[in-house]
Amino acid sequence: MSDKNKFKIPIGPQHPALKEPESFSVALKGEKILGVDIRLGYNHRGVEKACEERTYIQDMYLVERVCGICSHSHSTCFVQAVEEIAGLQVPRRALYIRTLVSELERIHSHLLWLGVAGHEIGFDTLLMYTWRDREVVMDILAELTGNRVNYGMNTIGGVRRDINPDQIKKVLKGMDILEERTKYYIEVASKETTVIKRLLGVGILSHEDALRLDAVGPTARASNVNRDVRRDDPYAAYSEVSFNVITDDHNDIYGRTLVRVKELMEAYKIVRQVLKDMPDGPITVKAPRKIPAGEATSRYEAPRGEDMHYVKSNGTEKPERVKIRAPTLANIQAVKHMLKDRFLADMPIVIAAIDPCFSCTDRLISINDLDRTKSEIVTWEGLRDYSIKWYKEKGIDFSKVEI
Amino acid sequence: MSMEENIKEGLVKNFSFLENKIQVQRPRRLLLDVDLERFEEVFEYLTKGLKFGHLIAITGLDEQDKLSFIYHMAQDGGIMINIKTSVPKDNFAIKTISGRFPSAEVYERELVDLLGAKVEGLPEGSRYPLVDDWPKGQFPLRKDWKTK
Repeated sequence: MSDKNKFKIPIGPQHPALKEPESFSVALKGEKILGVDIRLGYNHRGVEKACEERTYIQDMYLVERVCGICSHSHSTCFVQAVEEIAGLQVPRRALYIRTLVSELERIHSHLLWLGVAGHEIGFDTLLMYTWRDREVVMDILAELTGNRVNYGMNTIGGVRRDINPDQIKKVLKGMDILEERTKYYIEVASKETTVIKRLLGVGILSHEDALRLDAVGPTARASNVNRDVRRDDPYAAYSEVSFNVITDDHNDIYGRTLVRVKELMEAYKIVRQVLKDMPDGPITVKAPRKIPAGEATSRYEAPRGEDMHYVKSNGTEKPERVKIRAPTLANIQAVKHMLKDRFLADMPIVIAAIDPCFSCTDRLISINDLDRTKSEIVTWEGLRDYSIKWYKEKGIDFSKVEI
Repeated sequence: MSMEENIKEGLVKNFSFLENKIQVQRPRRLLLDVDLERFEEVFEYLTKGLKFGHLIAITGLDEQDKLSFIYHMAQDGGIMINIKTSVPKDNFAIKTISGRFPSAEVYERELVDLLGAKVEGLPEGSRYPLVDDWPKGQFPLRKDWKTK
């Protein structure tokens, strides 16, 4: 194939199928991806700077809005750092409630991912099933926290809402329903031909590469990297519950799917233990408005992987510096690696498999020929005219077809 | 003796200049302050010798007349070490670690964009996270940069 057939196709930053703006510039030779440049930052809202200008309590609500899905992850990660600097002894009951909400959030996030993954591979029945079942955990979250997302559960020194026996009953009932459903999903993920054929051997990330590229979360664990902050650097009540860290050695999207569905089962297990062992007592301690000077680093296993917050205080009511490292940023190099030398058609599911989601159909395509400096914008109509002309030259006339 | 104290003692044994520069903040957290001239050898020892091989992030700080950088590194057992080094604010560069840790690339670009740090050896590529037409010389995370 001559160099003339190499194309660079930009996908994003604004795209109807994207949840967030990000831009992928894909160099192609035929169907094969030669390399991908990823441009991020379109969603940069200056949260870290904004934190320096607000009080700790305001910051907690602000960082909760870093992510619409892992909202409890960010707020917990942040308050843990602040509580460490302030030397607060958070009541055990509060730690258990944090753990409970954390696992419920993982359940809703993993079910959401399973649906998105199903959709990306054209298996929309899976999307419909998982998103219907996800409503069970969304209802539980709304019941416990008052909200489906952005729960506002944390406060510096504990949690804002207690949990009563009625709610515990409802949660347990929900877990039973979801456990049954998840058993079915494990069956689907591991035995359904559509899933296996489409995901096995796609988006490969070897164990060595996962370590070298510092991949995190289910992406790393599906490459047999046995890391989970909940076990390795326990926070909240995780040191008091028993669960398995799920790993898999398929090193591909099939493995990532298995890790996530099996993690769901572990999450139900953790929720039951937390509810059974939840100690009585207060749910918060009084926190000072001004936090003494100091610094702390907090780690948290969010559904997508390790989240890290660094907080430096200066003795005032506003922090000196807040640094947030969300898991997707850590997985970006891994995505680049997974896409190289693979087919363009695999791109949506490969990107979705680390858990931002993506699809690459568009109504406007900009084509930059790598060998020429010229670039042109081709509209949907333009593409249609081009294809009609192309077929006409080959003796087939589509121009009379009504669309 | 705890694992954290062991690490601290081992470091001081190998690098006597680190005496009084290492803090065990709490179980599984160490904080280490190292001069830029000795950064590379200490970083090498920690990442290769002591297996702090997982780069979590790099935090940049504006500390009056200097810029500081904290390399957050973790071991598999859960112990995390924060390696801090500083440079004078004007025209001093740190070297990239993206050769050894490819994931550092985005973190280092962030230091360049938001703090105005200079990172030697950073591979070419699009900036992160600010927009392409962001005015030159404006670094939002510097303390003298105001949002209003």
